[in-house]
Amino acid sequence: MSISLILFYVFSAVLIASALGVIGVKNSVHAALLLVLCFFTSAALWLLLQAEFLAIALVLVYVGAVMVLFLFVVMMLDVKTEPLREGFIRYLPVGVVVALVMLGEMVGLIGVKAMRFPAPPDPGGASNTAWLGNALFSQFLLPFEIAAVILTVAVIAAVMLTLRHRTNTKQQNPSAQVAVQARDRIRIVKMASSVRPEASP
Amino acid sequence: MNAFGDITLAHYIVLGAILFCIAVAGFFINRKNVILLLMCIELMLLAVNTNFVAFSRFLGDVSGQVFVFFILTVAAAEAAIGLAILVVLFRNRATINVSELDDLKG
Repeated sequence: MSISLILFYVFSAVLIASALGVIGVKNSVHAALLLVLCFFTSAALWLLLQAEFLAIALVLVYVGAVMVLFLFVVMMLDVKTEPLREGFIRYLPVGVVVALVMLGEMVGLIGVKAMRFPAPPDPGGASNTAWLGNALFSQFLLPFEIAAVILTVAVIAAVMLTLRHRTNTKQQNPSAQVAVQARDRIRIVKMASSVRPEASP
Repeated sequence: MNAFGDITLAHYIVLGAILFCIAVAGFFINRKNVILLLMCIELMLLAVNTNFVAFSRFLGDVSGQVFVFFILTVAAAEAAIGLAILVVLFRNRATINVSELDDLKG
């Protein structure tokens, strides 16, 4: 048993335990933190697969951005968890049965013995990032651009969904501030210049 | 034995299957809490991504890892918009209980 296999089993145990924790704990904040552990452990497993770029991207994107967003939302919403937990025991057997049946089917399909071919030597050569980048910027350039557009749309959509105009607070209108012109601010009044009456001699 | 050790493809696929099934079970037993449902979706995507990375590595094909890259992109967008919808929902209804969101029932 090699060191990498031992590491694989340790990481897998942590991953499965934390995933069970995500769906089982009462507190949503704890669930979010356990999900962070899931992502981090998955990143370690991907590192075992020599997919360094995606492992780092997983940590950066998920642990750094998505899960922080989750934690913000969980802490921002004042959620009473008690009514949300009702039915937990009632649906537990169904959920476990469905999950176990699905797992049995999938493992049966995989045919654990059939796929024991060893890993080929690393096809990326020295750098996984270069391997991925060569494909991404040549063969998959158009999907890459579309992904950028999707992210832009997501940013705009998220801002537009949560933006609201409060009526009782003072706020600035940047558009009006930029578009202001001199004649809006000062008014130049033309007046007839008054002539001082001549002093009579 | 090469540097990769004796981990086979089946190890990773079984791990992905277990993770996916845990997420499905989470859907069943947490069906009231929208936040936990979103977390279960993230777990499912993680399982699928693990499968993609494993196949990409063992078949020596870069397409799998490129696909994982795009899945990460779309999942980030999905999480952002989903949480924004959740915030708007909570602002309007003051609840995230799925069983109370039955306005479309007719």
